[in-house]
Amino acid sequence: MMFVPGNNPGMMADAHIYGPDSIMLDLEDSVTMAEKDAARFLVHNALKSIEYGNTEMVVRINPLNTPYGRKDVEAVVKAGVDVIRMPKTETADEVRELEAEILKVEEEIGAVGRTQIMAAIESALGVVNAYDIATASKRMMGIALGAEDYSANLKTQRTPGGAELLLARETIVVAARAAGICCFDTVYSNLDDMDTFRAEVELIKSLGFDGKSIINPRQIEVVNEVFAPKPKDIEKARKIIAAIREAKEKGSGVIAVNGKMVDRPVVLRAERTIALAIASGIISEEEAL
Amino acid sequence: MNTASAGTLESGDILIQIAPSEKPGIEIELQSPVAAQFGRQIKAVIEETLGGLEVNNVYVKAVDKGALDCTIRARVSAAAVRATGKDVWKD
Amino acid sequence: MRNSKVVTLEEAIRRSGLHDGCTISFHHHFRGGDKVVNMVVDKLAEMGFKDLHLAASSLSDVHAPLIDHIRSGVITRISTSGLRGELATAISHGLLKEPVIFRSHGGRGSAIACGELPIDVAFLGASSADPLGNACGYSRSENAKSICGSLGYALPDARYAKHVVVITDDLVEYPNMPMSIAASDVESVVVVDSVGDSSKISSGAIRDSKNPRDILLAKQAAKVVINSGYFNDGFSIQTGTGGASLAVVKYIHESMLAKGIKASFALGGITAHMVKLHEEGLIGKLIDVQSFDKVAAESIKDDMFHQEVSAVDYASGVHKGSAVHALDIVILSALEVDVDFNVNVLVGSDGVIRGAIGGHQDTAADSALSIIVCPLLRGRIPCVVPRVTTLITPGKSVDVVVTEYGIAVNPARADIREKLEAAGLNIVDIHSLAAKAEAIIGKPDPLPFKERVVGIVMNRDGEVLDEIHEIE
Repeated sequence: MMFVPGNNPGMMADAHIYGPDSIMLDLEDSVTMAEKDAARFLVHNALKSIEYGNTEMVVRINPLNTPYGRKDVEAVVKAGVDVIRMPKTETADEVRELEAEILKVEEEIGAVGRTQIMAAIESALGVVNAYDIATASKRMMGIALGAEDYSANLKTQRTPGGAELLLARETIVVAARAAGICCFDTVYSNLDDMDTFRAEVELIKSLGFDGKSIINPRQIEVVNEVFAPKPKDIEKARKIIAAIREAKEKGSGVIAVNGKMVDRPVVLRAERTIALAIASGIISEEEAL
Repeated sequence: MNTASAGTLESGDILIQIAPSEKPGIEIELQSPVAAQFGRQIKAVIEETLGGLEVNNVYVKAVDKGALDCTIRARVSAAAVRATGKDVWKD
Repeated sequence: MRNSKVVTLEEAIRRSGLHDGCTISFHHHFRGGDKVVNMVVDKLAEMGFKDLHLAASSLSDVHAPLIDHIRSGVITRISTSGLRGELATAISHGLLKEPVIFRSHGGRGSAIACGELPIDVAFLGASSADPLGNACGYSRSENAKSICGSLGYALPDARYAKHVVVITDDLVEYPNMPMSIAASDVESVVVVDSVGDSSKISSGAIRDSKNPRDILLAKQAAKVVINSGYFNDGFSIQTGTGGASLAVVKYIHESMLAKGIKASFALGGITAHMVKLHEEGLIGKLIDVQSFDKVAAESIKDDMFHQEVSAVDYASGVHKGSAVHALDIVILSALEVDVDFNVNVLVGSDGVIRGAIGGHQDTAADSALSIIVCPLLRGRIPCVVPRVTTLITPGKSVDVVVTEYGIAVNPARADIREKLEAAGLNIVDIHSLAAKAEAIIGKPDPLPFKERVVGIVMNRDGEVLDEIHEIE
């Protein structure tokens, strides 16, 4: 998941060419107060116009208790965003509040249920409430660690080994797995230290995370190498793709695998898994069919 | 209505300045490295966006740095909302 | 010393027998730091010459003062590989009555050698010369003031011009050896304060591009090279100097180390990157027609396997022994590529001249594999288009086009396509790239070209390829 500042049209226009699984357009920390309104219009129009292919589109909104949060929800839901990322989530009630806001807009435009939620956990209270947050809504697709605010809240700071984050990381993975949703690790901001970055990616993969947040396209290759899909994932993805084909042939709008409904993000991830497997040379294009 | 602006002079962006005008209609002054090939389209996007927001009788100065249409729409919308004080999103 | 040829510039011009209507020539080894062209043409204007034909190997931003000499009728015709900056813009808007003749470096070399481009007086800047005219692009003396390395583009002029004036800022004792320009070709030697600012040849240091798009393009291009079937022990390679081209070398370097593959030679404009690989023993020899930075210029002075080569021996299409005929892989840039794989590196998409043919035509035509690396879009400017604004390198010479939205392979190279597909690269139809560009930025309005022709693009074999029209 690649973070892209929401007020930088140059970066927003071609972020997908680097092949991240998902792009997070940011309206929160990377946008100054004076530019919140302008960034909201940029993100709205980019989501509507730019052909991001099979990249999952996430927008990090401002907290609902700021003057910007509700407007952000309206603007991005109307533009058809896949996932809204809520920053600094501490309780399940906050998720439900966001859900209600989303529903209001979806009802207005006749697209109920389209938008999913990812909650960023960035405080001690958030970590303690991780499972409640993860199960607060059917729209919850994942939880993510935001380590900068979290380590400040712990009254410590980030270290290369990441000992200060261990409990939070493990708690988030456990909560996500118990809730049956995804979990994503925090960013690593020193672009010039690829070795420490790689060690961190290997660590969080072994802890069970589904993905890593990144701040620059240069970090993608390392994440892809560490996360290159395993045969099991490829098999699962193939089943999903086959189910889509079957559904299309039957003319059915509903896609199911092993009796379970498959949502758009799941389909996207399956397609990404196959694409990644082909790109990594694990399978050929013919084998993917 | 007040004078307002939105956007930057970064590559891929466009700086839009809107000012109220005595003259009816929308008057646009455009600077762009792609004026010959895309000037007509850029002006059309600016007019269409202002029309959608029911903003009229304005002078627009646009300094383009190769922005895509969606960026032009966003910058014109932001400048217009700042100039009129009427947001399109609900509080 | 006895028989010294050292005279003032004015005296050298007088002795040359130059008269109105003659052809004068220059090289561009100092690139943006060149001082010779402006110095000589200023003097010619002062001496009252008119109607001269200026035949330079290339002209750039630094030559804007020529605008006044064109207005006053001192210069009435120009032949060059490229034009940039104010001079290029003024010519695009109709400054010069006669169209500029554009030739590739190999094309210029063979045109001079074959008598199609006869030169009356060549004014050739050199970083050292002795009183008899032995000259080269560096100096071994303590008084060295400048360095440009190879004098490859000046060598055909030195050999074939009727009269040769060497201009130097470091007069050294006879014999200045080894020499690039031999005394037997030289009529006069002129000593000046400075022939060029070496710091403006390039930034001088190896700098890795941090632009993520350049890195993406470079990685893709490197994968093309590595999987092309030509990446074998003893291969040969040439690259350009753009951010992406330089970065390609970095990734190829990694793969050479990993696979234990060495190159026999690198050709063309030589950069510090190539020198580094050579010094590590990964590239056997460097064949250098133009040193692109100070590191390369120093290396040609000190390393016997870093060899200067003339434009003719580098890239002539007529002389079958030229080095491009032995070249395996070339990586080139482009302003525009069209759906027929034709390339434009000379005229911007706004219709204004802003580039140079360089060795593009020559290396694309005679290498075994030519790879064009260019982004699909530069801001709102499309680089993959239905039809190039100006035809410089015909599509039949171009094998692969690498963009950030996928890699297109010339249908004539099904062998390459098969290899790259097998390697899992994202191979796309070039029409789909042009369509993608149009979907993102829209369909551009036609450029406001006028009737008058301001430039003629020659193919390297001496045929006219295309015309450049005046732009509003």
